[in-house]
Amino acid sequence: MTWYPSAAPDPGAPRDSGPAPVTAIAAPRRRAIGGQLRGNPLLVAGGAVCVLILLVAVFAPLLAPFPGDAAIATHPFDVLRPPSAQHWFGTDQVGRDILSRVIYGARISPLIAFFVLLIACLIGIPLGLVAGYFGGWLDDVIMRVTDIFLAFPALLLALAFAAVLPASLTSVTIAIAATWWPWYTRLIRGQAASVAGRPYIESCRALGISRRRIIFRHILPNSVTPLIVQISLDVGGVILTASALSFLGLGAQDPTPDWGLMVSEGQAYFTTDWWTVTFPGLAILVTAFAFNLLGDGLRDLLDPRRVMLR
Amino acid sequence: MTVYIARRAALAVLVAAGVIILTFVIAHAVPGDPAATWAGPHATAAQIAQARRFLGLNRPLPVQLASYFAGIASGNWGVSIHTHQPVLYDLATAAPASLELVIAALIIAVAVSVPLGLVSARWPGRPADHAIRAGAILGVSMPIFWMALIFQLVFSQRLHLLPVAGEYAPGLLFSNPLARHTGFDVVDALITGNWPMLGSTASHLVLPALVVAAYPAGLIARMVRAQVLDTVGETHVQMARALGIPERAVFGRYLMKLAWNPVAAAIALVFGYSLVNTFLVESIFDWPGLGSYAAASIGTLDTPAILGVTLFIAIVYVIANLIVDIVQAALDPRIRLR
Repeated sequence: MTWYPSAAPDPGAPRDSGPAPVTAIAAPRRRAIGGQLRGNPLLVAGGAVCVLILLVAVFAPLLAPFPGDAAIATHPFDVLRPPSAQHWFGTDQVGRDILSRVIYGARISPLIAFFVLLIACLIGIPLGLVAGYFGGWLDDVIMRVTDIFLAFPALLLALAFAAVLPASLTSVTIAIAATWWPWYTRLIRGQAASVAGRPYIESCRALGISRRRIIFRHILPNSVTPLIVQISLDVGGVILTASALSFLGLGAQDPTPDWGLMVSEGQAYFTTDWWTVTFPGLAILVTAFAFNLLGDGLRDLLDPRRVMLR
Repeated sequence: MTVYIARRAALAVLVAAGVIILTFVIAHAVPGDPAATWAGPHATAAQIAQARRFLGLNRPLPVQLASYFAGIASGNWGVSIHTHQPVLYDLATAAPASLELVIAALIIAVAVSVPLGLVSARWPGRPADHAIRAGAILGVSMPIFWMALIFQLVFSQRLHLLPVAGEYAPGLLFSNPLARHTGFDVVDALITGNWPMLGSTASHLVLPALVVAAYPAGLIARMVRAQVLDTVGETHVQMARALGIPERAVFGRYLMKLAWNPVAAAIALVFGYSLVNTFLVESIFDWPGLGSYAAASIGTLDTPAILGVTLFIAIVYVIANLIVDIVQAALDPRIRLR
């Protein structure tokens, strides 16, 4: 087979954040991980809050004061109560405890992010490997398709998809994943194309090692670090996108304790009953913030040359 | 340069065509039979078949796609279900308000974030840097629909500092009517010397613009910091330092010049993102732009309108990117060679 060095000119090149030559500036960053962590309080704080959120999600039934309020429940004599010792975050328009619902909500957002990024990787990585390793017309076709997908802001395309699908969390997951994979194709393609040209891959080929083995043993492992960084950077964005779709009524439906949906439902009572919107929205902010801090810190730690464009 | 522009323009056309195909695919991915929906719940099989012929759904898909292309090219973007107006007419009516909002937001974002990014890069690892980075990440982590509600509650309903919603005080429509020239209310009020209207439109613009500015401000501050730190090691910067040029000048003059290119690219990117973010903010502030239109379309499952907005913003976005590509190439000859 033929391999085309650096393939076709990539129109996205000025914005591409593939591996760049290491300059002198990168060298002093290679300190021990412990020292790195001490120098990066944001990473530590973000990571700690992420762990806390995941723990809350796991132990939700134990932590929530009124676990039954996470599902269909109504307490007509406790409607729209302000925060008190009994209901720390107050109650919503049908009298459900908002704290309990916010706690159960921690089970939804991270799970959506997990499935979205899983699907995005399952589609994006193979396409990126094919495009980057084989090059040629296949590379052109795949990259033009990603260009088209990336011509939309992610939320817009996800919105168009979600609007034609029945409103549910599954639809939200599918809609976001369908818009998210091209980022992974681009990332892996850049990595694969740069590694594929190195002499040791050529030696592999000369030794008669199978294409599959070259891809899985040599090219893919080289892409793991930027992949981890990208995934950790994307969790916050996916959570925000999902909550926006829920806010617009395209995601979870009523008894589900989804944060975006809770903000949307509380909107009507917000001017008089501030707690209905404040706490669920704060949960979205804290979660997205924590995952973004973690992602940003990991990027600095593992892949300092990578430039952020999203 | 001409070759470069031609290549970028060709790519933009290709991407726009792809975007149209993608919206066509989405429209055909609608679960259920559109002919049956159109004909109504009690239609007979014969009536549904007739509806299918009437809507052109019995033709082969490529033919349908071709007529979809022809329709878009000739300005026929379908009729909105909830306004009963041609979608393109609705979009043209709504677009100026959204553009005004997004441009105001981007001006705020750039004015705030570029200096902050520079300060952050000037003293990396120091408390100011950590604070600015945390603030920038907070900006990109903000659920802006929530921020809009909180700002509205705090600044208008509790503190009474700024108007709650709308584009201007409705009473001014009678005392100082606004003459339409550009479609941007603030600009129109300014060029016609309509001072009461100018004050009202500007104060109504502040809250929504601040909310929409959160994301771009965070993103641009991070970009500036990363780019400046990236170029600190370049030889001409070291040269400038070796020559004893003050650090302030090195940052302001030499580093920022290099950082501008990726920042310009980021601005094109966040322009599109912010237009979509108006979907989440405009209906809260009762702002009569694309976002309110899109939110209403989503609420009524108005597929032609939703796809119309999608297509419109995608095309605006492609054009914005093309403009940035050309400007970048004009500013930086190295890009043309790639």
